[in-house]
Amino acid sequence: MKVYMDNSATTRMLSEVVEAMQPHFTEKYGNPSSLHYMGIEAERAVDESRAKLAECINAEPYEIIFTGSATEANNLAIVGACHAGRKKIITSEIEHSSVGKVIRNMERRGFETVFIGVDEEGFVDLKELEKKVDGNTALVSIIHANHEIGTIQNLEAIGKMCKEKEVLFHSDASQSFTKVPIDVKKFGVDLLTLNSHKIHGPKGVGALYVRKEVKLEKQVHGGMQERNWRAGTENVAGMVGFAKAAEIGVREMKRNVAKMQKLRNALVEGLLRIENAQLNGPESDDKRLCNIANITFNYVEGEALLMRLSEQGICVSTGSACSSKSLQPSHVLKALGLKHEQAHGSLRFSLSKFNSSEEVNYVIKMVEKEVAELRKLSAYAPGKKAGYYEEREQAFE
Amino acid sequence: MRRGSRHLNSDDVMALKYTKKVMDHFLHPRNMGELKDADVEATDGSPACGDMMTIGLKIDPKTHKILDVKFKSYGCASNIATASVITEMVKGRTLEEAKKIKWNAAAEELDGLPPVKMHCSVLAAKTLMDAIRKYEKMHGLLEGGEEELSAENIRLELRNIINPEMGIDIVRLKMVKGISVKKGVVKIRISMGNTDRVYEDSIREEIEEHVKAMRGVKRVEVGFST
Repeated sequence: MKVYMDNSATTRMLSEVVEAMQPHFTEKYGNPSSLHYMGIEAERAVDESRAKLAECINAEPYEIIFTGSATEANNLAIVGACHAGRKKIITSEIEHSSVGKVIRNMERRGFETVFIGVDEEGFVDLKELEKKVDGNTALVSIIHANHEIGTIQNLEAIGKMCKEKEVLFHSDASQSFTKVPIDVKKFGVDLLTLNSHKIHGPKGVGALYVRKEVKLEKQVHGGMQERNWRAGTENVAGMVGFAKAAEIGVREMKRNVAKMQKLRNALVEGLLRIENAQLNGPESDDKRLCNIANITFNYVEGEALLMRLSEQGICVSTGSACSSKSLQPSHVLKALGLKHEQAHGSLRFSLSKFNSSEEVNYVIKMVEKEVAELRKLSAYAPGKKAGYYEEREQAFE
Repeated sequence: MRRGSRHLNSDDVMALKYTKKVMDHFLHPRNMGELKDADVEATDGSPACGDMMTIGLKIDPKTHKILDVKFKSYGCASNIATASVITEMVKGRTLEEAKKIKWNAAAEELDGLPPVKMHCSVLAAKTLMDAIRKYEKMHGLLEGGEEELSAENIRLELRNIINPEMGIDIVRLKMVKGISVKKGVVKIRISMGNTDRVYEDSIREEIEEHVKAMRGVKRVEVGFST
């Protein structure tokens, strides 16, 4: 059986989306900047897509900038917004790297950066955040729903606070879009990142909402595309596909969320029956995304488990150091207070509307089997006598 | 090694390209389990580092041949595969022969490992070596006493630290720019050169782990430069 449960990494495109994109490759392939009828036709497709996407988040069409990815949108939001003299940027410890690393890099440009910690469920300490926001703060950037554990932050409260203090507020909504209702006015955000390929749209396109009064500094120079915010010939097919996926996603949100929630809860229940397994992130449905389950299987290393599941046809991801290029465990799980060995043993299952309860049952069965196999050969086990490593650990203290 | 050390094109998460042999040893580990009547057993690594290995040996007291060997391992696919392959390599060999098996030999036996996984091979070789040393100590087979702490010995130990970007040890890459030892405090200066700074933390941790385990070391300070 083949089961894809890595939808926080990327998703399968909807056939309606592929269909909507098709004509823009072979027939309506004009450049929106061209003056002839082919150009006008392409420009119309871009405008319609922009309007559709804006409607999905209660924004105006001219407040949407299409980008080449959500990562580019995050870069544009952060680097573009920090130009007006203020020298402090505030963010959380659990951001996606396309926010966290960009902000780290701003230190080299003389910016002071503050990374706010989170509690064991992954919620940003709002009191701490408020304390740090001052007259020198250029931007606050807090992820809407976390990509590893699914924690949904209270954007409304943060937005209100930022408005009172007259500080720009950005949020990366890559994971939450079409899973949580998004209303930029209600949230009080000035900048918001959206992602296409996480919502069954195409890769290679993202978007940034920029509230109309906000002035960004252009990052990609060249032509006058995207109302002169972002140069480069438009990815017309990509934009059309993105808007289509968003439209369908928002329309079907209630039904899809209910389905994913049910499957996800059955999955969690089944997996937690395995000995020495623990759920990471919030438990209750209203605090986390409907589709993410992050679970640590103690005494097992995540990459080994992932590879064995892959052999069984199952696609998931892990927060283990062994699977990261830098050989460091997930910074999100560390921020929750997990020990390194707990992060090493973590798997993230992320569902979509395409998953079924047969798949959930198969995954539970296979995880149970492979965890048992790996534990049988593991040198690390509960109650293992004080061995060499423990002596050495103590020597480290 | 040549085959395995090509660069993997990756961002935060790697697309792991393991050889058939690695996958075979990972999915069907040889000599796995506990050796009930082991003459010696050694454990290396730690759960916090994400890899840990125990190797048990049954040794013929007269010929010093390794009669049986078993391992248990906690770690990623390449960790399990290197443990498995190294047990195959030493079975039936004498202790002297087994001591000559270095980490790169284990990696080569697997038709190579991704550069970022080369350190798994080091752990397997080191665990095996620890078990042999322990046995030799128990049976008075060690010639002379333990060596004294010196910059030269530390340099030898640093040959076990792999640059994860290249899959080659940091001594061979000439990244070790200075070692000083004073009253048990070891200071090591590492030049990162063109290596991505993202590897600094893992290289630091590896150095600390290895050098702190050396006799007479109280503290390790690792400094980096480009």
